[in-house]
Amino acid sequence: MLKTTGVPNDQDLDGVFPPQERLGKGPVVVVECFETIPCNPCYTACHFGGIEAFKDITDLPTIDFEKCNGCTLCISNCPGLAIMVIDYQYHKDYVKMTIPYEFFPLPKEGEWVKGLDRRGEVVINVQVILVKNAKHQDKTPLISIAVPKAHFKKLRNIEVGDSNDQS
Amino acid sequence: MMHTDILVIGGGPSGLSAAIAAGKSGAEVLLVEGNQYFGGQLVKQTHMFFGSEKQYAATRGFDIGKKLVEEVEVYDNVKTLHSTTALGIYEDGIVTLEQKTESEDVYLKVRAKTIIIGTGALERSLPFTNNDLPGIYGAGAVQTLMNEYLVKPGKRVLMVGAGNIGLIISYQLLQAGVEVAGIIDASSEIGGYLVHASKIRRSGVPIFTGYTIVKAEGKDHLEKATIAQVDRHWKPIPGTEKEFKVDVLCISVGLTPSSALFWQVGCEMEYVRDLGGYVPKRNQYLQTTLKNIYVAGDSAGIEEASSAMVEGSIAGLSASHNLGFIYEDYQRDIQELLQELEGLRGGEKGEHIRNGYNMVGF
Ligand SMILES: Cc1cc2nc3c(=O)[nH]c(=O)nc-3n(C[C@H](O)[C@H](O)[C@H](O)COP(=O)(O)OP(=O)(O)OC[C@H]3O[C@@H](n4cnc5c(N)ncnc54)[C@H](O)[C@@H]3O)c2cc1C
Ligand code: SF4
Ligand code: SF4
Repeated sequence: MLKTTGVPNDQDLDGVFPPQERLGKGPVVVVECFETIPCNPCYTACHFGGIEAFKDITDLPTIDFEKCNGCTLCISNCPGLAIMVIDYQYHKDYVKMTIPYEFFPLPKEGEWVKGLDRRGEVVINVQVILVKNAKHQDKTPLISIAVPKAHFKKLRNIEVGDSNDQS
Repeated sequence: MMHTDILVIGGGPSGLSAAIAAGKSGAEVLLVEGNQYFGGQLVKQTHMFFGSEKQYAATRGFDIGKKLVEEVEVYDNVKTLHSTTALGIYEDGIVTLEQKTESEDVYLKVRAKTIIIGTGALERSLPFTNNDLPGIYGAGAVQTLMNEYLVKPGKRVLMVGAGNIGLIISYQLLQAGVEVAGIIDASSEIGGYLVHASKIRRSGVPIFTGYTIVKAEGKDHLEKATIAQVDRHWKPIPGTEKEFKVDVLCISVGLTPSSALFWQVGCEMEYVRDLGGYVPKRNQYLQTTLKNIYVAGDSAGIEEASSAMVEGSIAGLSASHNLGFIYEDYQRDIQELLQELEGLRGGEKGEHIRNGYNMVGF
């Protein structure tokens, strides 16, 4: 599936999501990188040993879920935009999901946006909690959204307003 | 007539890296680039690059180009000429250059002891009905319009080719606010990196593998494109057609090494499918069968900017070394670079490159 459509299936995702027990302990990274490509900036971004050292540059990232503290630093360093951080403890009904988003206009904090799945289809509207666009992120802003717990494994993108067209 | 130790032809990542390495070794270097800007393909790349930190991974392409240009400027022994195209290399070792200035075209001649060629690649095209309608672009043209001239190529695009270039340009089109109706590829699997495919897919752009473009239609410009599924021999299967109302078709079906100068000067050439076409044979230091001609980057085989930079550095160091320039850390640096190159070509995606290189070494 992934290789023909670009959409990872449940099995692919189960392999990279942290165990439920770890989710209960606070924010943690989810890295959807399934292919041995020559790339390692996720590892070099992490100061906490959350991503294990690469032996070869083509290794898949291996996550140490106990060491990852969900700091979000690696997200904007990944050229594949394959990384997000989820905080399952954020609220009793909502997960806080922090994703990279490189489109204009950026949403505003508090704004409602469309929550999209991995095929780009609308799942549910979600509210933006936080927008971070610091210089060290080098033009890859981070958006945190509150996602109802029933949908947190499905959502992976947002759509802001009706279109991105500025003209 | 100008004289130099090393002439580097092409100011992309390979040529810039070659000039830096040769400059560091103390050789007199002349770097010529046909375009107005140095940086080659990097100039148009707004996305973050892959690779390792040494080759500026996670930095955006155009910023990598800037960094390399700044490094070249450090060396007084490296001279650069932009808007200057190498036209031919002659038997007596003289290279003719055409320099475009505002008022006129000037012809220059240069004699170099060694020449490093990093002329990059040319785009492939695709035969189909009406492929000359306005609105049908090569991938490079779309990128130049958008990222150099800040002009949108149209309103709604169908991308032909799901390699990295097709995927990345689709993403850049979305960022520019252009609708991408879909990405098609005749292969049964996506050729580019799956992380790129996934990030476009989750913006709602469908990817159709196993499809080819059969027909373009429109009165004065493109209005409609028809695609069809292909059989095992990549022939369209009747009855599987799908139509897209689009005003732009972007053809991104691969690159082929730019080989004209190697043919002309008489390097031994080899056709290697895995490297994109005809490439000069060379040893691991990128020296061709003519000992004063080196090759680096996409003109040595279609690969990546990361490997182009490493190859350029190897060629630059080795060429200076062979001319007798003493650079203390030569052995250490060259071994490190060779290892880096091997690392970049590891993994599943590097397999075809490894196969290709086995065919051209000597
Ligand atoms: C859309 C796209 C996305 C890419 N993304 C990535 C990525 O994420 N990571 C990555 O590592 N790589 C990426 N690449 C690949 C990378 O850009 C190329 O592999 C790299 O630029 C090759 O470098 P080069 O120096 O060999 O050639 P080029 O960059 O093509 O440079 C060759 C230069 O030579 C000049 N030239 C040609 N002939 C002559 C002549 N006769 N005289 C003078 N000058 C001449 C040209 O004008 C050009 O500037 C991407 C490429 C494209 C098109
Ligand atoms: S979120 Fe922070 S701690 Fe976790 S892997 Fe990324 S950089 Fe490391
Ligand atoms: S930086 Fe991103 S794309 Fe590169 S290896 Fe890490 S997760 Fe994969």
